[in-house]
Amino acid sequence: MTTNAGSVTTPKEKMRATLKHRYAAEKRFQAYGIAAILIALAMLVTLFVTIIGNGFTAFQQYTVHLDVTLYPQDIDPDGTGDPEVLSKANYQSAVNDAMYALFPEATDRQARRAVRELISPGANYVIRDMVMDDPSLVGQRISVRVPLASEYDQVLKGNVDPVVDFTAFKEGSTSVDWSLSPEERLISEKQADYLQQLIRQGEVEASFNRWFFTNGDSRQPELAGIWGAAVGSMFTLMVTLALSFPIGVSAAVYLEEFAPKNRLTDIIEVNINNLAAVPSIVFGLLGLAVFLQFFGMPRSAPLVGGLVLTLMTLPTIIIASRAALKSVPPSIREAALGVGASKLQCIFHHVLPLAMPGMLTGTIIGMAQALGETAPLLMIGMVAFVVDIPGSPLDPATVMPVQIYLWSDSPERAFTERTSAAIMCLLGFLILMNAAAVLLRKRFERRW
Amino acid sequence: MDTILVIVAIVLLAAAGFVMGRRRAVVRSGGVSRSLHSLPNYHGHFVALWSAVPALILLVLWLPLEPTLAMNAALDYFQQHIAEANNLETIRQSKLALLLGLSPDQTTIRLEDLAADQFGLLQTEIRNMAAGGASTGHAAFMQEVADVYSGYRETSYILMFVVCLALAGAGAGFAWTRIAPEMRARNHVERAITWFMILCSTVAILTTVGIVLSLLFEAMRFFAQIPVTDFIFGLHWSPQTAIREDQVGSTGAFGAVPLFAGTILISLIAMCVAVPVGLFSAIYMAEYADNRVRAVVKPILEILAGIPTVVYGFFAALTVAPFFRGVGESIGLDVSSESALAAGMVMGIMIIPFVSSLSDDVITAVPQSMREGSYGLGATKSETITRVILPAALPGVVGGILLAVSRAIGETMIVVMAAGLGANLTANPLEAVTTVTVQIVTLLVGDQEFDSPKTLAAFALGLVLFLMTLCLNIIALHVVRKYREQYE
Repeated sequence: MTTNAGSVTTPKEKMRATLKHRYAAEKRFQAYGIAAILIALAMLVTLFVTIIGNGFTAFQQYTVHLDVTLYPQDIDPDGTGDPEVLSKANYQSAVNDAMYALFPEATDRQARRAVRELISPGANYVIRDMVMDDPSLVGQRISVRVPLASEYDQVLKGNVDPVVDFTAFKEGSTSVDWSLSPEERLISEKQADYLQQLIRQGEVEASFNRWFFTNGDSRQPELAGIWGAAVGSMFTLMVTLALSFPIGVSAAVYLEEFAPKNRLTDIIEVNINNLAAVPSIVFGLLGLAVFLQFFGMPRSAPLVGGLVLTLMTLPTIIIASRAALKSVPPSIREAALGVGASKLQCIFHHVLPLAMPGMLTGTIIGMAQALGETAPLLMIGMVAFVVDIPGSPLDPATVMPVQIYLWSDSPERAFTERTSAAIMCLLGFLILMNAAAVLLRKRFERRW
Repeated sequence: MDTILVIVAIVLLAAAGFVMGRRRAVVRSGGVSRSLHSLPNYHGHFVALWSAVPALILLVLWLPLEPTLAMNAALDYFQQHIAEANNLETIRQSKLALLLGLSPDQTTIRLEDLAADQFGLLQTEIRNMAAGGASTGHAAFMQEVADVYSGYRETSYILMFVVCLALAGAGAGFAWTRIAPEMRARNHVERAITWFMILCSTVAILTTVGIVLSLLFEAMRFFAQIPVTDFIFGLHWSPQTAIREDQVGSTGAFGAVPLFAGTILISLIAMCVAVPVGLFSAIYMAEYADNRVRAVVKPILEILAGIPTVVYGFFAALTVAPFFRGVGESIGLDVSSESALAAGMVMGIMIIPFVSSLSDDVITAVPQSMREGSYGLGATKSETITRVILPAALPGVVGGILLAVSRAIGETMIVVMAAGLGANLTANPLEAVTTVTVQIVTLLVGDQEFDSPKTLAAFALGLVLFLMTLCLNIIALHVVRKYREQYE
């Protein structure tokens, strides 16, 4: 065996070198795995950070304190107190007068317009709703907080340029960063001046954005809320749950406990597995062609949405329920049958109660899926602009994911903020549902 | 909701039937429950079922039929009493003239001659007025027609209420008379329940049949107007058919190749992200990670699967696309703000848990003896994984990846929000492409008429989508099942 200086040739050394090489490869391989997991986790974190970072400011809204005088002759001249009259009355002039009172020096048209634009164009609706709730307010001087117009709100929150330091602003400094050219600015110097004045008077305040949680959709971002969509989601899910749980459980019981092993049940089984993987938008096409066109059901109704989502979640529920039934040991069935129970008594009295936690877990997961589903609902017209809170499953409505989709299309910066906030609410619901499912499984899962 | 009232009444009757049936069973047995064939409760259920089921079936049949009958009566009234020559002048001055498309020299109105959409408009108008909608611009006689309609509906509602309740009562009465100690009530009730369960398990089949039929039917109507070959092989897609006949560019082009190419491009990008990340994290979780790490990391990864797709879409459009655009700008590349890369990458993130959990299952299913054999020969862990476990698990992994591909192809919201609308035939991931699902959504969202090729094209695309995913699913499920059998 010849040895050259520097090179290794003895079998032992050779082996050591390969071993080193192999161990390095082992380390690398393991690092790939860790890197893959880290990448996935990093994506998740980025997603959450972006959404929360964009959205948390939407839970606050800058408001202006106004003293509005509601003259009876403007609102309800005959003093009827009739809701019809009150809802159609003109509140805008009362709001305008209250704004002008804050800026006595603004007398010409242009200045008054700038003053009016400081607050939300929907401020009159805020007053109207108050009066509708309590008609005795007519004729009184009421003190209300109305939302600041969304542009100013965004400026104060620092979401848009020019960057305004709110505290400095409050102290009267004019440290407005006018780095943008006048065309790019969201608000003019004159408007910034008014805003600053308003802040100095102590009339502007950040408060909890209750409109976001109580209103339906609106063209004005400062008044747009998710309550309408949340109620729509609730109706849709109620229909889905009421249909898919009994149908899914019955189908699972039949297929698992009764069905003879023949061609037909084989087809049903393959079919259910396939349906679980059909793209959701295809269910939307089915709903459009069958429920809307063939049966003539109303467009945009949570009832139809619920039907479509039922068909979509059924496979999930059936598969989960069958797994739950399978996990109940045959000895339970044999014991029940042995003491003379009929097959159905055995299942309803013994097997189903034991399988119920698993079935409920599957149902909750299916419901969570249905809650986050958007595409099939677009097909059946649940994308309408709905301001009113739906009152029944037949009223036009949207659901939360569709509301998110609609808002994300709006160009206003304030809507981006609200989209993120709506996503946070939706994710909150989903986390609650999934936590309930996990808890249910942990609490009631039995290993036989 | 009046119908709910009927349902509540039927249910109450059935509940009463239950109580009475139960009591009668007890009475007839003379207090000796042993002499009954079935427990008293089964007798109660027997009566309740006989009372509720026929009445509810009748209700379900009645509901869709009733407005149609009322509408026919209203239209009959319209034809006989309104559309007369001496009313013609009034009609001409009202909104109705526009609705009916009345021409100046027309002397008679025949409803049979109306075009389908005008007929539909007239019906909607009658329905609106009957529901108490505004009647502005209409002559007084339209209100008459609406009154006929609502009158019929009211009568029909009362009739329905009476008939349904009578049927429920009759059913309960019939069942009640049959109660006897030797009556096999349990068997009857159990048979009814079994049939209900059978009915429920056919819902899945009916859904598939419904999907296939509705897609096929609408797609056939589309292919009657546009040749199949143009659709499958055409390179140009611009479905915006003109509103007027003489408008420039009045023919829409329905060549779907750019859509297929866009779908494949985006899915490919998604798989390039999802497969390596998903597979490697599955390998690490299954082979390296200890139980504590797995218990924490696995549920966190599953969160990715639970996030609604609309959230991913928003993330792609708001964060990822501008990021790629910025990076592209800084290195001198022109990246579209709706690039396929951004949409595909976010879609890949969405699919990661799908790939990883399926691969995880498959890898853990490989028998321990194979690992031990490999270790015994002196192989390192990574060598065992790449040379023994992965080849053994390959069919399962491939099946999982195929399922993931079908997911990617059918995914809608991410591409609707982050990919483009323009049908570019390109393989450049930095440009905007459109996909099959995006086009379905854009063609069908908003108001649409149901016989234009534009709307029908969406169903043809839906059919293609359904067939593609179906093939992938069947192959994937088959492969996975074969693989499972191998090791069981």
